[in-house]
Amino acid sequence: MADSKANSIRIALAGNPNCGKTTIFNNITGSKQHVGNYPGVTVEKKEGECTYKGQEMMLIDLPGTYSLTARSLDELVARNTIINDEPDVIINVLDASNLERNLYLAAQLLELERPLVMALNMADVAKEMGIDIDIRKLSEMTGATIVSTVGRNNVGTKDLLDAVIDVAREQKKPGITINYGDVLEPAIQELVAEIEKAGSITYPIRWVAIKLLENDADVAKKVRVFENTERVLAKAEELRNTLKDKVDLEVVFQEFRHRYAVATYTASLKGEAKMQDTQSDKLDKILTHRVLGLPIFLFVMWLMFNLVNEIGAYPQGWIEDGVAALGEWAKTVIPAGQLQSLVVDGIIGGVGAVLSFVPLIVLLFLGISFLEDTGYMARAAFVMDRVMRACGLHGKSFIPLLLGFGCSIPAIMGARILDNRRDRMITILVSQLMSCSARLPVYTLFIGAFFPVAQRGTALFAVYIAGVILAVVMSKIFRKFLFPGESEPFVMEMPPYHMPTLKNVLMHMWERAWLYIKKAGTFILAASVLIWFLATYPQDVQYSQDFDAAREQVTQTFDAKDDALLAQFGINTSDGKDAVMAIVDEMTAATEEAEAAAEEEGDDEETATAEEVTDEKTVEVLEYMSSIRANANDKFDVAWAIYLNNQERDEQISLLDQQEASEKIQGSYAAMIGKAIEPIMKPLGFDWKMSVSLVTALAAKEVMVSTLGTIYAVAADEDNEAPLQVYLQQDPSFSPLVAVGLMTFVLIYPPCFAAMAVFKREAGGWKWLAFFFVYANVLAWVCTFAVYRIGLLMGFH
Amino acid sequence: MATKTLAQMKPNDEGIIVALRGTGNIKHRLIDMGLVPGTKVRVMKFAPLGDPVEIKVKNFDLALRVSEAATIDVEAD
Repeated sequence: MADSKANSIRIALAGNPNCGKTTIFNNITGSKQHVGNYPGVTVEKKEGECTYKGQEMMLIDLPGTYSLTARSLDELVARNTIINDEPDVIINVLDASNLERNLYLAAQLLELERPLVMALNMADVAKEMGIDIDIRKLSEMTGATIVSTVGRNNVGTKDLLDAVIDVAREQKKPGITINYGDVLEPAIQELVAEIEKAGSITYPIRWVAIKLLENDADVAKKVRVFENTERVLAKAEELRNTLKDKVDLEVVFQEFRHRYAVATYTASLKGEAKMQDTQSDKLDKILTHRVLGLPIFLFVMWLMFNLVNEIGAYPQGWIEDGVAALGEWAKTVIPAGQLQSLVVDGIIGGVGAVLSFVPLIVLLFLGISFLEDTGYMARAAFVMDRVMRACGLHGKSFIPLLLGFGCSIPAIMGARILDNRRDRMITILVSQLMSCSARLPVYTLFIGAFFPVAQRGTALFAVYIAGVILAVVMSKIFRKFLFPGESEPFVMEMPPYHMPTLKNVLMHMWERAWLYIKKAGTFILAASVLIWFLATYPQDVQYSQDFDAAREQVTQTFDAKDDALLAQFGINTSDGKDAVMAIVDEMTAATEEAEAAAEEEGDDEETATAEEVTDEKTVEVLEYMSSIRANANDKFDVAWAIYLNNQERDEQISLLDQQEASEKIQGSYAAMIGKAIEPIMKPLGFDWKMSVSLVTALAAKEVMVSTLGTIYAVAADEDNEAPLQVYLQQDPSFSPLVAVGLMTFVLIYPPCFAAMAVFKREAGGWKWLAFFFVYANVLAWVCTFAVYRIGLLMGFH
Repeated sequence: MATKTLAQMKPNDEGIIVALRGTGNIKHRLIDMGLVPGTKVRVMKFAPLGDPVEIKVKNFDLALRVSEAATIDVEAD
């Protein structure tokens, strides 16, 4: 809050998870909010502002916590924000339907001695449950100003802000102390006196005394920084030693706070609330049913996966088409050359790479906010925990890992649903072993080229299963060596089910998509330009022949043939010549049209093979030709001969183009890198061609297919692999075993730049990205080495 | 009235917490969530694979692993 204006009220919003805090934050700030990180830690910091009755306010949304100990990062961050920034007012959001537990956190907030307003939220739910709270009594017991709210319907927001302004103006502190009983109170008083004597500590004194007696490591560290505090710490130590025999110091303070919460709750409750089965409990009996629970969970996951990957594929395709069209347009505006190549292939391609993932992210967070806001997310974790624990993971990890089969980016971002950093990190690190859909064209290329038809399905399935098994092994290794120590207890609230509000879901979606574009976008763009540069430069490659001259010669030869044909058919006038050429143009146009139509048909029927598409094309061309023949009468024969002549010419020129592109990429920096790493890749059976394609495929996996196509001088991409497969089969350095090795490598090494960019943001910095890059490549190398060598020993080659 | 651990109870069993035998973070977390001696708990259900267990305490639902529930002593009704 360093940038706050002098006259604005600084507010911190505190409360339990699931108490409706975020809804209230959204109600107050609307769209004026931004997300960042707390300095030095990976806890997310949400801030916002608003102006109410001419008064400016700055809000900070503290992490939702049940307590304020130094044992969890979220709690520590929430607590430190309050004691260091000293907000003018704390708004404590309490779930009225669950007041007793919420008051336990309130008790700890009171001890921080800041002006306090309580938003008694979900008043409607509480009423339904027969819980009626006496607000006057509650205010008396807590010393706080209390406002009743229903965040979901935006009820009470104005009252809340009025109360905030009043409390801020008067700097009205609660002035309530929690009584810790006859044994502890004298000790607290003694330590308070000692702290006052030192006179240097700027934090709330009674709170410091209590925390020191509780043996709170973080507070002790903070106290040590102040002057004259050695005596204070010694006194605390001495008091703890005497108290130790009388009470269980580890838990006694927590118990007294609970007593305060129980007493306050009981006193403010009108009538009696009983433990009863709510609607939510009844629904839960079905959704987490012993038998039905798992199938329901799997169905929900199936829906989620299809939402993100299947539905997301449509807008993703539109964006890709749009970007491709933009590239085509740019080609017409910018003259051919290096600038055109940079703009079209480098920049527009890179922007396309960034934007094409946005629909997936938007849909991912639509799904996640829906699951979280309804309360089903906790049930999913409940159902899956037993399975995931066996892999050293948390129940919730299942969701990001499943998403990884579609795309690693939503998987990495989806790991946010895990509260504990250790679980989150392990999940992110292994999520890329869930083979994403961009790797599929690479597998089908190699499997199609080297496996008999009957084994192809099994081979593909084996690759996916290998990834899953490796993920289980790696997560156990990470848990043991990278993130050792006591594991986070699985103690999770199962919040009541309720309908999510559209506003919350939409805001969450927008916030995530924007963060992705802002944080990952620049990285992906820069990396795409880098890969373009590596594959395109240097420009002055030593070609085996002068391709421009060769093309010129081909053109001349065929032009001469055209003239000869015309003369042969006795066409001498320029009018006659133009008429023939018009028919030739018609034929060419008809061929192109037929090609496009056949391709579209091929796209519609995913099962159509390359041969079927070609047959389709031939039929269409013949149909066109016969109609042209009917109109062209005597000139058809000569036009047909010239048309065939032209087709042959185009074929020869495109052969030259492909050869030139192949020689160009062989002289590029990417190839130099590929050749440089060849010694490292040789033990895996990879030659430089494979190494180059692995380097360029760091940008995105499907690029591997087009790179190999360029190197082998054949027109191929991920939609048309057949011509390339023929070349691969003929290359002696390829073999079924090498293909298996390549698939193993592709399965394990970093998926794409976009995933790495997102990884850097989610894992917290360059250091982790460097670790990930090294780990993934080393693991890929080791596994491929094992596969290749064992394969050789078993007699494959 | 018999004392057993929370993990030994069956769905719909109720009881009063008498002691927590766990240590460290787990014990603190359980206490923060309101599982203090004297508190009434009811076992709601076990997950489809038998673990974790869901209980009702202070009018809200809480899931915890069976291994953690086994550290909580309860006086069953």
